[in-house]
Amino acid sequence: MSGFPTLFWKEVLRFWKVMFQTVAAPVLSALLFLVVFAQALEGRAGAPGGATYGEFLAPGLVMMSVLQNAFANSSSSLIQSKITGNIVFVLLPPISHVEFYCAYVLAAVVRGLVVGAGVLAATALFVDLRPVAPLWSLAFALVGAAALGALGLLAGILADKFDQVAAFQNFIVLPLTFLAGVFYSVRTLPGFWQAASHLNPFFYMVDGFRYGFLGVSDFPPLASFAIAAVSLGALTALALALLSSGYKLRG
Amino acid sequence: MTYAIETVNLEKRYGALAALSGVSLAVREGECFGLLGPNGAGKTTFISIVAGLVRASAGEARVLGADVVREYRRARRLLGVVPQELVFDPFFTVRETLRFQSGYYGLRANDDWIEEVMHHLDLADKADANMRTLSGGMKRRVLVAQALVHKPPVIVLDEPTAGVDVELRQGLWRFVRRLNRDGHTIVLTTHYLEEAEEMCDRIAMLKAGRIVALDSTKNLLATFSGFVLKLRLDRERLPAELGAAVLAQEGTRFTLRLRDLPELEGVLHRLREAGVGIAEFELRPPDLEEVFLRVMERH
Repeated sequence: MSGFPTLFWKEVLRFWKVMFQTVAAPVLSALLFLVVFAQALEGRAGAPGGATYGEFLAPGLVMMSVLQNAFANSSSSLIQSKITGNIVFVLLPPISHVEFYCAYVLAAVVRGLVVGAGVLAATALFVDLRPVAPLWSLAFALVGAAALGALGLLAGILADKFDQVAAFQNFIVLPLTFLAGVFYSVRTLPGFWQAASHLNPFFYMVDGFRYGFLGVSDFPPLASFAIAAVSLGALTALALALLSSGYKLRG
Repeated sequence: MTYAIETVNLEKRYGALAALSGVSLAVREGECFGLLGPNGAGKTTFISIVAGLVRASAGEARVLGADVVREYRRARRLLGVVPQELVFDPFFTVRETLRFQSGYYGLRANDDWIEEVMHHLDLADKADANMRTLSGGMKRRVLVAQALVHKPPVIVLDEPTAGVDVELRQGLWRFVRRLNRDGHTIVLTTHYLEEAEEMCDRIAMLKAGRIVALDSTKNLLATFSGFVLKLRLDRERLPAELGAAVLAQEGTRFTLRLRDLPELEGVLHRLREAGVGIAEFELRPPDLEEVFLRVMERH
């Protein structure tokens, strides 16, 4: 039998055992964003399709939390194991690089979805959300979380210290999620920034996820999904290549 | 013939540094094999390559005939490794740690064996304690237990008694001896040469990535005929003519090599002549430490 189910389960338990930090805290952060921004901008910021600003913002915050937490799970777990040395426990057994990838990325997807569900439940207290195409949202959440889980795995493999993973998170993941149209519709941006937003793969994930709730989007959802899926495919190929070569994991 | 561990011209280079230079070694099934050498000799690199933790630059390594790269799944199932570093996962208890380790090998209904291993290593009382709360010695036992959860026929222990108190060290060796009696092949590295002398059937000595001695413990000891004289003197300098016989010196403590007993009379005479006072005196046959020092000196 394969070691994959155990490694996957261990990765899930790892974040679940410290859920105040890994689940409750990001839910609270997203809720604060909703309360502050919706309060400040309701009626002032435009939302497409006749939605209120709160109805526009809430799905964006859910997807932002999914993406950030999926990244945080795989990257922090791997760098922690590398720094403390307990990575040896998963390198010694007969676990293939594909099983290794699947376990870390699936656990990251679980964390992303758990936090996303928490944010969704919490925002429902303030905003009346009625998804018109929930399967679209689910599909984007799954692909987006997997892509960020794979990106987190890459960051964990490449980094030699916590500081480098934090830099990856603060200088790449955080800006790209914030600038992915979570807080505003990119259509309201000046031409240059609108074009720049379209270079950000996270924009398609957030926009597609929001489409499932509002039924309107800045970009055609099928095209967004294709871009998100290609991003996931590219990150997966890169992560598998590094894992297979043993780069920075097997001397 | 299938060996428990077999390496052929194993090499590992880190840039210009050669950590291993053509190490060929065959550990027989059922034996207790010692790997000795000073720090940086390549012992851990050797073990890491066999365990699949490090990729060799050249050469081959097999565990019971399974190539550690091409047939890595079979090779890793056959091997249990106790790493040198005292590593643990702070999120889990002892039992969880062992269940996970067992699951990584695809063994998900293994509680009976896990309980038995915990019992033999005196871990049963700590089964539900978080790894963080354990003493260093207890953590070391968990590492040993983790290496045994999948019942590997070949067990490698990399410095298992480093930084461990005497009581645990003895308990650990009793357990290792038992595993060896039960048919497990044991490969160990240790800094305590008396332990290697007591435990190992055969010994390989490594220096700067090369094997500089490989023989049965008995033969290695026999190569050093004569006696070893240990002295504690009232000063840190010996008469110059005795310098050639000195094997080791630590402050006022000297270890001298003597070919025969008449040579002892000559040494004592010279010390008396030079007015050197002797505070302690011990004469005995050589042990592995002297063999080790001599081999290292020669290469």
